[in-house]
Amino acid sequence: MTAPDTGLDPSNSPPGGDRPNAYIGRSVSRPNAKRLLAGRGRYVTDLVLPRMLHAAFLRSPYAHARILSIDTQAAKSMPGVRLIATGADLAKLCTPWTGTLAHFKGMKSSPQLPLPLDEVSWAGQAVVAVVAASRAEAEDAVEAITVEFEDLPILVDTDDARAPGAPTAAAEMADNICFHTKLDTGAVDEAFAAAAHVVEEEFRFGRHTAVTLEPRAIIADWDPGEGKLTVHHGTQTPYQFQDLYSRHYGISEANVRVVAPDIGGSFGMKLHVYHEDMAVVGLSLMLGRPVKYVADRIESFVSDIHARDHHIKARVALDAEGVILAMDVDDVTAIGPFSAYPRTSAVEGSQVIRLIGAPYRHEQYRAALTVVFQNKVQMSQYRAVGHPVACAVTERLVDLAAERIGCDPVLMRARNLIPDDAYPLKSPTGYAFEALSHEACLKRLKEMMGYEDLRAEQARLRDQGIYRGIGIASFVEITNPSPAFYGVGGARISAQDGAVVTVTPSGEVRCLISVTEQGQGTETMIGQIVAETLGVERERVRVITGDTEVTPHGGATWACRGAGIGGETALGAARKLKANILGLAAAILQSGPEALDMANDGIVDRAGGEQRMSLAELARIAYFRSDTLPPGTQAQLTVAHHYAPEGYPFAFTNGIQASYVELDGDTGFVKILKHWVVEDCGRIINPLLVDEQLRGGVVQGLGAAFFEECLYDRGGQLTNGSLADYLVPMACEMPDIAIDHIETPTRDTELGAKGCGEAGTAAASAAALNAVNDAMAPLGAKVAQIPMTPARLLQAMGRI
Amino acid sequence: MSDRVPMILTVNGEEIAATPRPRDTLADFLRQDLQLTGTHTGCEMGVCGACLVLAEDVPVHACLMFAVQAEGTRIETVEGLSERGAIADLQAAFHERNALQCGFCTPGMLVTAHGLLAKGGMPSREEIRDALSGNYCRCTGYEAIVDAVEAVARQRAAIKEEAARETAA
Repeated sequence: MTAPDTGLDPSNSPPGGDRPNAYIGRSVSRPNAKRLLAGRGRYVTDLVLPRMLHAAFLRSPYAHARILSIDTQAAKSMPGVRLIATGADLAKLCTPWTGTLAHFKGMKSSPQLPLPLDEVSWAGQAVVAVVAASRAEAEDAVEAITVEFEDLPILVDTDDARAPGAPTAAAEMADNICFHTKLDTGAVDEAFAAAAHVVEEEFRFGRHTAVTLEPRAIIADWDPGEGKLTVHHGTQTPYQFQDLYSRHYGISEANVRVVAPDIGGSFGMKLHVYHEDMAVVGLSLMLGRPVKYVADRIESFVSDIHARDHHIKARVALDAEGVILAMDVDDVTAIGPFSAYPRTSAVEGSQVIRLIGAPYRHEQYRAALTVVFQNKVQMSQYRAVGHPVACAVTERLVDLAAERIGCDPVLMRARNLIPDDAYPLKSPTGYAFEALSHEACLKRLKEMMGYEDLRAEQARLRDQGIYRGIGIASFVEITNPSPAFYGVGGARISAQDGAVVTVTPSGEVRCLISVTEQGQGTETMIGQIVAETLGVERERVRVITGDTEVTPHGGATWACRGAGIGGETALGAARKLKANILGLAAAILQSGPEALDMANDGIVDRAGGEQRMSLAELARIAYFRSDTLPPGTQAQLTVAHHYAPEGYPFAFTNGIQASYVELDGDTGFVKILKHWVVEDCGRIINPLLVDEQLRGGVVQGLGAAFFEECLYDRGGQLTNGSLADYLVPMACEMPDIAIDHIETPTRDTELGAKGCGEAGTAAASAAALNAVNDAMAPLGAKVAQIPMTPARLLQAMGRI
Repeated sequence: MSDRVPMILTVNGEEIAATPRPRDTLADFLRQDLQLTGTHTGCEMGVCGACLVLAEDVPVHACLMFAVQAEGTRIETVEGLSERGAIADLQAAFHERNALQCGFCTPGMLVTAHGLLAKGGMPSREEIRDALSGNYCRCTGYEAIVDAVEAVARQRAAIKEEAARETAA
């Protein structure tokens, strides 16, 4: 950690420093982790409710087919079976949903129902639901159901799907183009015509998926007596699902409660609508009993959203000194047979074309995005949406440009990165940057990795026939999204958050807040902010999240908003409560509120810091001896506060990563030796939590770079849908990751915090791609596809 | 398929008389019949390590063993290890180092770490990474887990050395 050197007005800084209870900026551990360490987590998979039944699904063996008939007769009489439901049964209860948003002009997608009426459009799609006394019995009964399918044309390849006259991946669509858009600053052709150098590359990014260790899990519990639906749901966004269950099942919002307890990983995957989850709600409505569904691992692979799947052609124009003049990009991405709901499957591509080139100074930019339907499982937002793709394209092109003009990659970046004193600035793709720190990050990275020495070591080893490579990748990350992200398109996805903070009768503090916890440390970070603001020990602050009946409505946790928006909400709420506390204390102490402050779990003199009364004493008087208060004094020891981001539509952050690898030219295996990250997420609330977000994110990016790919055969069958076949990064393959920070707080908030959750994933695969290319360069080989499997690298080197 | 099989086994030090179904895995039996939900299932094919428990003090995948195969054996889960304080130092180190996020892999990680450190000696970081290579974690990136296990290995080695010195003195 290094001291912040932001050049910003110190009045923008929150309180902190050496004061007692100064928690903001300190590495503190997570109180709620102790429960998990003792095996006492309460995940949805663990929950058992009285009279609970279990659902299993018959799934389509075909990637595209018409359903001719469904015979459930034999299954109905199987032991333990309570209900068998088809698409037609659930369509009577649930209105269809369509994954389009108004700000994606011309976007189309077919309406979806929990289970299909007459057509399946990917292999693994749920077709019939069985509810039984146990999961095993439900699965037994699934085996006894007969469905007659008729083959329909299967579109696996993206280019086949977009060819003129191609059959459609979904019957209701006129063609397979979900969405098409263009960006153009207007003079790209002129810039390329005038360029001294043009470099270009064609990139392919495979599909991968979240592989949360706890699969998707849901228990829907319809109480017909009260007309109330309670859903225990492994999700990051309980409020969004409260709204969706309410509207699609016609239950008043007040009668829908969504509880998100401990969640075994999410990473964006658990905020989309899944057919099975919607079906389970309907099954509970039909039965008036709790129904549980937990995806098994194979079901996860064939029904969780997949991510990426881009084919990109890109070129960059440079002047004779290697200054970037313009970029020209064509991105084709395939998303499955329909667009995901409610966030759509166009956001990833949209962010790809807007983030390409983002760290660099150039005026001309043109991009086309085509989003294509095909017969694979739905593709949508997963950690670092679009960032890793944009970063890999940009950074590989920068390295190719450096190579072309014979310039060191670090020098090339120093020459082209947006200078730290150039802000505020609007990017050619329309993003407004408040303040970024690319130059400072590059400088810090170079020092941290000992760049010159590393290059010398690399050269020495090359002489010995050892091929090592160094790869660098700058990035820009989108955080703290305003309603410009989803709200403007008509999605009921909140950009604001809410908090309710209370002093309890014992003088402890309780904070109910809408941001949610999946292990990243949300509750800890909120507790730090509240405790510091109220001058109490953080052990006296209880933070509660993830229950729509308890916590205020808010966006919850996605796209990097927990600290930046949730943290600001908690700060505002705690300040409001502090004002009430001081007002009450002033009345009790016959002082002025401005003469008082809070520290050490009590009220102190602002001037001398002398303790005047404990918070416990104040609470005792307020709750039990209001008769002793001056007449007209009504203690308000609970406050509610909402905060929605204002100012910049997004708080952009930035950083840089480097990867050091060794390539075995005979086997194509790559050993990842070391990885470095310098990141700027503004005000850091808890360095321990931030660093672990970065490390976890980096490893997800390295997984994409080297191992992870959802492989389909020509019939649209996923051929590696198990953890034995789909490779995820494990401890033995991953390097130690060195991390440092620059802190440029946003001035849009009091707290100054931006997000860091995507940063690791955003650039790790780009750094790795550059590192492998650097290692292969002496062999005259190059690669522009991830994952970089040994077979692909051997092919690139001409060995196979 | 559903005929239940009576059996006796010891789980976390308690003798249990149970009647699992022949097809129940040990993992499902522990989670559903005994409500020991600290043992998790992530892949149900012995790859992810979330279901690791000790059978006769040896880490085994509870998803790859049928419950009936545990007849007459001593099984210990993360709950048992926690309650008898056997992994208190590991839990403290994981907590301090933030070597967990969602916590779903954590019981399995602790069982693997316990098994590794029970062998004695001071494993290198590479050896720790190798030992953990059957435990999948999507959240942490592993480094914090390696740090925590390494810290406990050092602590235990120091305690052992201290004890040896005292004995010698």
